[in-house]
Amino acid sequence: MTALANPLLTARAVEKSFARTQALRGATLEIADGEVVAITGPSGAGKSTLLHCLAGILRPEAGAVTYHGRRLDELDEDSRARLRRREFGLVLQFGQLVPELTAEQNVALPLLLERYGRSESRTAARTWLDRLGVGSLAGTLPGELSGGEAQRVAIARALVTGPRVIFADEPTGSLDTVTGERVLEILLAAARARSATVVLVTHDNRVAAHADREVVLIDGRIEPMPVIA
Amino acid sequence: MTQCMYLVNSSPVSVSHAVLGILVRLPAHGYDLKWEHDGRFPGSRPMAFGQVYSTLARLVRDGYVQVAEVVHGGGPEKTVYAITDSGRRYLAEWLGQTEPAGPYAADELVRKTITALHVGADAGGYLRRQRAAHLGRMRELVAAQAEQREPAAQIALDHAIAHLDADLRWLETAAARIADAGKVDG
Repeated sequence: MTALANPLLTARAVEKSFARTQALRGATLEIADGEVVAITGPSGAGKSTLLHCLAGILRPEAGAVTYHGRRLDELDEDSRARLRRREFGLVLQFGQLVPELTAEQNVALPLLLERYGRSESRTAARTWLDRLGVGSLAGTLPGELSGGEAQRVAIARALVTGPRVIFADEPTGSLDTVTGERVLEILLAAARARSATVVLVTHDNRVAAHADREVVLIDGRIEPMPVIA
Repeated sequence: MTQCMYLVNSSPVSVSHAVLGILVRLPAHGYDLKWEHDGRFPGSRPMAFGQVYSTLARLVRDGYVQVAEVVHGGGPEKTVYAITDSGRRYLAEWLGQTEPAGPYAADELVRKTITALHVGADAGGYLRRQRAAHLGRMRELVAAQAEQREPAAQIALDHAIAHLDADLRWLETAAARIADAGKVDG
């Protein structure tokens, strides 16, 4: 792999195990500021584990994860949680919205956790729901939303804090092709408009084709990039 | 017999019928036919002018198309072609028929991989390079799809993308089988 001059995110020789399964076996990756990277590979290759390590959700057992040159794996849990709330946005396959809260309350939640005022948080949530074309559903509970609508709300929640990096784990995995394509286009357009970096985990080639670069993970290691003759 | 051209994935598309499908709306000359065709099938290889005129000549010979007029303007003269009643019936018949399911031109990928395995060449390396090449093409088509607002063109692109996706899945499966075989052998 060609080393980037000034990578925003890096994983170096990262290892991570769950019980007797070693999910990552020395994964090394660099991601530039503003880049859209798709992490692909077979089931069980360690894609989601790598994403969670890069996002500071999981702490690797060996190796290093850096963000802006800062070791994420050396931060304590509170510091990582704060960094995640302020700098990162997370979109998961099924949205993972809080079922008891309306769409607007779900989107406002990350701002309230960061101690923004209630009115300010609500206005920002409305703005993002409108941008994603689901403003009319602000008062709706997640259980009453379609898959595509719920995922748009989840994207609004991920973007409302103005994250520098958006981590998305199979963001269109539960959607049909056309809905998934629309949701992905909205996510990437919003990210690119803010020059945010996007790290996507996907098993869908169509989704991977939207990224600037594909990184293939096999058995917990990054495959070397092939040279096309 | 219909002449065939090939999409990204080499599935045959009848050029004759595609040309009739354009002429059924309005008479046209060869130059316009070529651009209309290429616009309708953005995922396919552009139609060469030679192919346009040889197709038209054959359709005229078979009575499906006739010369409507020859326009003498400032530049070179242009022959305008129109569909005949027989051409309309021929087109309607084709639209009513199903197409055979295959064979698929991913054969070349299969031949190369199998040959590489038999001669002991680096089949896994080939599969990785081919995946990158396919994904590169898919990136172009997905970008074209994002720009496209015309349902007919979107559907044509969907077809090309779906075939590329099928190839990509086959490439992944083949790579996984080779890797598995390596683990067993090793």
